[in-house]
Amino acid sequence: MSPAAPHGRVIALHLAVVALLFAGEFVLPAYHHGVMARIMVLAVFAMGYNLLFGYTGLLSLGHAMFFAAGMYGAGLTAYHLGWSVAAAFPAGIVAGAAVSAGIALLALRTTGVAFMIVTMMFAQVGYLLTLYFGNWTRGEEGLTLAPAARLLGPFDFTDPATRYFAALALFAVVLFLTLAVVRAPFGRVLVAIRENEERTRMLGYDTFANKLAATVLSGTICASAGAAYALLFGYFGSTFATVAYSILPLLWVLVGGAATTLGPFLGTLAMYYLIDISNDVLNRHFPDWDMSYLGTVGVALVLLVLFFPKGLLGTLRQRWVVWLP
Amino acid sequence: MAFGPHLLLAALEGLVQAAVLALTALGLSLVFGVMRVVNVAHGEFFMLGAVLAWGVTTAVSGHPALGFAAALVVAPLAVGAVALLSERLVLRRLDYNPEATIVATIGLLYILQQAALTFYGPEARPVVPPFNIRLQLPWFGYSAYKLSVIGASAVVLAATWFVLARTRIGLVMRATQYDREIATAFGIPVERVYAGVFALGAMLAAVAAVLIVPISQAHYLMGADPLLLSFIVVIIGGLGSLRGTVVAALLIGLSDGIVSVFFSPTLAKIIATLAVALVLVFRPQGLFGQAAR
Amino acid sequence: MAAMTPVSREPLLSVRGLSRHFGGLKAVDGVDFDVPAGQVRAIIGPNGAGKTTFVGMICGRIPPSAGTIRFDGADITDMPAHRRVLAGIAYTFQITSVFANLSVRDNVALAVQRRHVGGKGGRLSPRAFAAEIGAALARVGLADRAGETAGNLAYGHQRLLEVAMGLALSPRLLILDEPTQGLSDAEIDGFIGLVREIAGETTVLLIEHNMPVVMALAERITVMDQGRVIAEGTPAEVRGNRTVQAAYLGAPVDA
Repeated sequence: MSPAAPHGRVIALHLAVVALLFAGEFVLPAYHHGVMARIMVLAVFAMGYNLLFGYTGLLSLGHAMFFAAGMYGAGLTAYHLGWSVAAAFPAGIVAGAAVSAGIALLALRTTGVAFMIVTMMFAQVGYLLTLYFGNWTRGEEGLTLAPAARLLGPFDFTDPATRYFAALALFAVVLFLTLAVVRAPFGRVLVAIRENEERTRMLGYDTFANKLAATVLSGTICASAGAAYALLFGYFGSTFATVAYSILPLLWVLVGGAATTLGPFLGTLAMYYLIDISNDVLNRHFPDWDMSYLGTVGVALVLLVLFFPKGLLGTLRQRWVVWLP
Repeated sequence: MAFGPHLLLAALEGLVQAAVLALTALGLSLVFGVMRVVNVAHGEFFMLGAVLAWGVTTAVSGHPALGFAAALVVAPLAVGAVALLSERLVLRRLDYNPEATIVATIGLLYILQQAALTFYGPEARPVVPPFNIRLQLPWFGYSAYKLSVIGASAVVLAATWFVLARTRIGLVMRATQYDREIATAFGIPVERVYAGVFALGAMLAAVAAVLIVPISQAHYLMGADPLLLSFIVVIIGGLGSLRGTVVAALLIGLSDGIVSVFFSPTLAKIIATLAVALVLVFRPQGLFGQAAR
Repeated sequence: MAAMTPVSREPLLSVRGLSRHFGGLKAVDGVDFDVPAGQVRAIIGPNGAGKTTFVGMICGRIPPSAGTIRFDGADITDMPAHRRVLAGIAYTFQITSVFANLSVRDNVALAVQRRHVGGKGGRLSPRAFAAEIGAALARVGLADRAGETAGNLAYGHQRLLEVAMGLALSPRLLILDEPTQGLSDAEIDGFIGLVREIAGETTVLLIEHNMPVVMALAERITVMDQGRVIAEGTPAEVRGNRTVQAAYLGAPVDA
């Protein structure tokens, strides 16, 4: 954050993470390879959320609507209008930008707990709309994109390797974008707003405009994740607009560490495997327990907020690696 | 059916909804009013009440009324105990910080859902009503039990009002709500008041659930709707206002009941949710509340 | 920056009929007030005289109930607070409110970058940016603490940081709201020297309880009581004013 932070080391660390994920394509077994592609797309969702929650200090409980805006913006145009990936993906991003701008203009009039409830309610409206227009969306059942709709020039997203690299490309772009944003003057203003909004205003900053910009940027990044999810994995449905998908990015960011650039990815990775493994183990030993993601997510949230509020990288930064962005 | 009777039926259904909603929302409102805690797990206390009611009524043999009466006592007490435990173990340790408690109660929501899924299962199960009498109105027959739900809910509401407005307990609660520090200075055991209020809020939701479960069914995901509707009621009615809560519950319950009869229930929910979000944006003190104190 | 603002006929700050009512309470009641460019002006008065509300309206934190505020020839009555800062009005808080979790450097960087990103100063190279931050910290003697977390500074140093942030905005009018409250005698002496230096390049509006500080710094003093201006003049004139003495419950002003 501060100009004195070692620039080279930070860039090298982020490049190393991307390189490691690149190598993953060649070494990961098939199952984990598929999982990792999904995790990278969901980590983009978490990074978008982190920009608003971690850096700007605005706790939204409605980010599923931005993810879903991107998902339906891309999915519906591809499914019903036959748009190519090259057109449908930008359509998803534009949809996300428009929705986040509209919601931000309303929701940012509130603060604190009211902001949380208002965003949750708008997201609920978004979810109900996907059900109401079931003729086009097929509601909870969702829609599956034909393989022909998942081609981008020579790239075929039904192929696992192509899909993996596409997910990695989006992940890398958004990772370096957030890194650039939080190290730019704009990022410093966002942190200042989080720390003391009134003081920031009295330094001459239009805090509303800055929060608006942060919300739209955050929402648009989340929408890009939603659009990519629909096009890469070929499925989209109302489930992705439910409250659960507003809570999950919050959980991932809390686990990895709010206001750290790599925390969202780490949190998504950790939670995905934690849920996966704990369900496996518990279902094997206690087959009649009906374990779903619910219990693990619930316990993780409570324990985190009680004992580990800074998350993995937040704690690491506080104790040992102070230069971590 | 002609329009008039149809409307009457819708109004009766709405009134039953409103009665149960008023109880549930009052619990949420009390907790927020006194503790400044937004309890996202409130709907799960409702769900827990319904599931426990099923458990108790199936365990007790004999006349259905016997089991139901037992459920009406046991379920709220058990839910109150769960709430007390979560207050002790989680909320108190967070010092009731508003944002942290929201995240924690979201966690609690999932834990309670998982517990219900594990011990009760994914099925929706009915509970036999304590009595099965149909009142024959000139146009249609109507369940006497549904009418008794309205009555029972009114009794509980009145009792709660009496406790809040006329007893020492209520006075202590209002003092704590007004200013935590001053209350402590006057020797009010604030932590015990908080624990009591949190348990009471959960118990109100549980009573509401026991009353409604013979009409609807018990299911581990049934908490979402009562939570959302309670939020709506509390926001429209203004926080911490008993009268506002009851008026708003009537408004929402009736309009929801009536609109659902004539329009798609999804559309009704969309409109209600959107309207309430906008109320919160443009008139944060609610429609019946006063401007910020 | 500009050592001397050209003398204009209109004062830098000109306030007419400014009022602020909270319910029935008239916190500020029809105040007329002028400060020419380059002056060090103090506002004094007993607790509850309306001083903080008054400057709160000047810097835009509190909307006035009535009256107009002109700054540098333009009506700024309806201008939002953040634009007033860009226009040249800087406010340092009465209760220290530096960004406690950020480094000292980042605190000042936020003030410096305001003039250069979207402000009038134009883009800066990272080197020049760092140099400006260093200069602002050096002015208040905190240069060697740039890397520390602001919240860990001693109270007196936090107050100095607050002033450094105000200075880094290169204001035309610097409002200091009770800057010496809670400082030790030695720190106060240092502070007086600092304000004398600042006074050469900007107009200063000082709200202060500490009479020796006021007498040492102010060229003119405005006395407020119960939301009104009850006297205005040089330190000597104010010292001899009977109304002022009465407002202070009969105690001599320099007690």
